[in-house]
Amino acid sequence: MAKAFGEIIIDIDKCKGCELCIDSCPQNTLALAPKINQKGYHYAIKVQDNCTGCLNCALVCPEGIINVYRKIVK
Amino acid sequence: MTNPISINEVPVNPEIIQDEYLIYKKPSTLTDKPFHYCPGCGHSTVHKLLMELVEEIGIQSDIIGVAPVGCSVFAYDYMDIDMQEAAHGRALAVATGVRRMLPDKYVFTYQGDGDLAAIGTAETIHAANRGENILCIFINNGVYGMTSGQMAPTTLAGMVSTTSPFGRDVKTQGYPLKIGELLSLLPGVAYVTRQSVHTPTNVRKTKKALKQALEYQKQGLGFCMVEVVSNCPSNWKMTPLESLKFVEEKMIPFYPLGDLKVPGGK
Amino acid sequence: MGELKLMKGNEALAEALIRSGCDGYFGYPITPQSEVIEYLSREATARTGMVVLQAESEVASINMIYGAAATGRRVATTSSSPGISLMQEGISYIAGAELPCLVVNVVRGGPGLGTIQPSQADYFQATKGGGHGDYHLLVLAPYNVQEMVDFVKLGFELGEKYRNPVMILADGAMGQMMEKVELFEQQTRKTSFADWATNGKPKDKERRIITSLFIEPERMEQVNLNLQAKYKAMQENEVRYQTMNTDDAEYILTGFGLGSRIAMKVMELAREKGIKVGLIRPQTVYPFPYQVYKDIAPKVKGILDIEMNAGQMVEDVRLAVGDKTRVEFYGRMGGIIAEPDEVFNYFEKVFLGDK
Ligand SMILES: Cc1ncc(C[n+]2csc(CCOP(=O)(O)OP(=O)(O)O)c2C)c(N)n1
Ligand code: SF4
Ligand code: SF4
Ligand code: SF4
Repeated sequence: MAKAFGEIIIDIDKCKGCELCIDSCPQNTLALAPKINQKGYHYAIKVQDNCTGCLNCALVCPEGIINVYRKIVK
Repeated sequence: MTNPISINEVPVNPEIIQDEYLIYKKPSTLTDKPFHYCPGCGHSTVHKLLMELVEEIGIQSDIIGVAPVGCSVFAYDYMDIDMQEAAHGRALAVATGVRRMLPDKYVFTYQGDGDLAAIGTAETIHAANRGENILCIFINNGVYGMTSGQMAPTTLAGMVSTTSPFGRDVKTQGYPLKIGELLSLLPGVAYVTRQSVHTPTNVRKTKKALKQALEYQKQGLGFCMVEVVSNCPSNWKMTPLESLKFVEEKMIPFYPLGDLKVPGGK
Repeated sequence: MGELKLMKGNEALAEALIRSGCDGYFGYPITPQSEVIEYLSREATARTGMVVLQAESEVASINMIYGAAATGRRVATTSSSPGISLMQEGISYIAGAELPCLVVNVVRGGPGLGTIQPSQADYFQATKGGGHGDYHLLVLAPYNVQEMVDFVKLGFELGEKYRNPVMILADGAMGQMMEKVELFEQQTRKTSFADWATNGKPKDKERRIITSLFIEPERMEQVNLNLQAKYKAMQENEVRYQTMNTDDAEYILTGFGLGSRIAMKVMELAREKGIKVGLIRPQTVYPFPYQVYKDIAPKVKGILDIEMNAGQMVEDVRLAVGDKTRVEFYGRMGGIIAEPDEVFNYFEKVFLGDK
């Protein structure tokens, strides 16, 4: 069966820490970082290596700062 | 809520970070300027969706936007297309002027509820009634965002705002206005749909609706409105996630999602 | 020589709009100028393809003008006093966003609903602002039907030259009277548009933004300074006026539009009696021809200003002459047009004493 491997890159300096991505991720891949960015927000980071590239986080991210990659392995 | 203090970042897998596997990035039709909108605000999401479509359909040179006063008056800072600012409430009159001069271009307005359903009600109804071939994007967040949270015509009954501090009393302050339903009665109106952007599925549906409306505009079918039931975490005095819950539990039951009118249909 | 025709002022103005290659007209009916939209609705679209749209209000029509002007097209609206009041918000935005367009006010008496009879009571509104913010329209004041025609062409040209809204400040009498006019040739509608016009972002070029919003105070001040520089350039280059019999004049009659027509009759009455009277008639009331009054003031015994209002332009005349000569005013209101005889009697009384 084909399996999807996902990967995301977040432009953390533009993150506003709204947590919409975190809430929308079915895999619990994301969380807020303990550190803050230039703007003073705790930013979203990947905390588990289980992303499937489902796109949810990118769709809901208001700032449009999540790039999503997806590789299907047969 | 997740505790930010106890979390470690996981490194990315460079094998997957390859152009061939890229399935989403911000559209090139958005400028690099970070949105000034508050964290979690639906305005940003809708800007993003619209500009994704402009890129995908390839109409960057063929579309003119009108953004009136409201939080989104600065839309022109982000949308990399020709744009006009409009006075509060006057977007659809301004867009009518554009439409009549440029019959072959795409024209849209991007309006808040105060703008579209209070101060600009006359312009809204008459542009719709003339069947102006314009896409009206209507952000219904139940409040005056830009001026810090006063009651809007769309504010729910009992909902607290700075000018309804004890909750909107419909007896003295009127009832929440369903402008979408109202407009769907007009023969000049081709398409009215109500969507939201509070979940990934709804984001996809809103994008589909916007695409549909642009397609109808291309066919010259007339006035189209895509209403987006949205949030205003700052003035609702909620976290972004709480505001999405409010959209789901309070806003959508009163403003049900779905098509209110489709071309040739109901 | 252009085509000669006997025409009503409003219809002549409408004809001039069509002939000037106007791309769009947006308006709302109001007496005494509804003939403009009626004439255009009959004539315009079939002849030139010009868009003619009856809006739901003057608030809407002026904002349609904003949107249409922002595409670089030639556009115009017409109305009368109460309608022009309703347009002031839009006019202020148009001035702020620096959009050329033509706004015609066929003035009637006010305040409030007032009267449908002619008046000149909107001089302050037209020349001193009207809406909010530090801005000016370029204001042309026709005194006959010929100028109702000529100022349409001139108005579009000046508006485009300065990227500024232009107003034709007429009045009910000018709109309703019939006179012989010479019409200019039909001009073709524009096919290329200014760089700033929002017609769809050109490929490989910056997007265009039409706005009057500048949040940073420094930027907003600079925008205002640029506007003021533009108004100064108008004052230097665009002042237009007509003088008659000023060389030997001991007294000057003045007025704009309808007032100046009456002044001409009064001048004839005076000259018949051997009184040396001349006349100054501003054609642009913004920019106002201060200098011509200033220059003539020391040479004359007095100036009588005649207006169909309570005394508005007379403030500019007084500003121009200071204490260099006596300035008197004669006005009628309520839609009453002063008779030359009554004005002449007043002139005799104030300047020559009772005889
Ligand atoms: C003529 C006029 N009246 C009032 C205002 C002040 N004002 C600016 S935005 C706004 C309300 C905005 O609310 P909405 O249209 O719902 O947009 P939002 O900010 O919520 O996106 C008001 C009352 C104005 N700019 N102009
Ligand atoms: S793409 Fe899907 S699985 Fe991966 S982080 Fe985003 S929401 Fe989670
Ligand atoms: S949705 Fe976007 S802005 Fe919000 S926390 Fe996630 S990455 Fe940051
Ligand atoms: S005030 Fe409300 S509507 Fe405006 S940007 Fe903030 S959250 Fe969005």
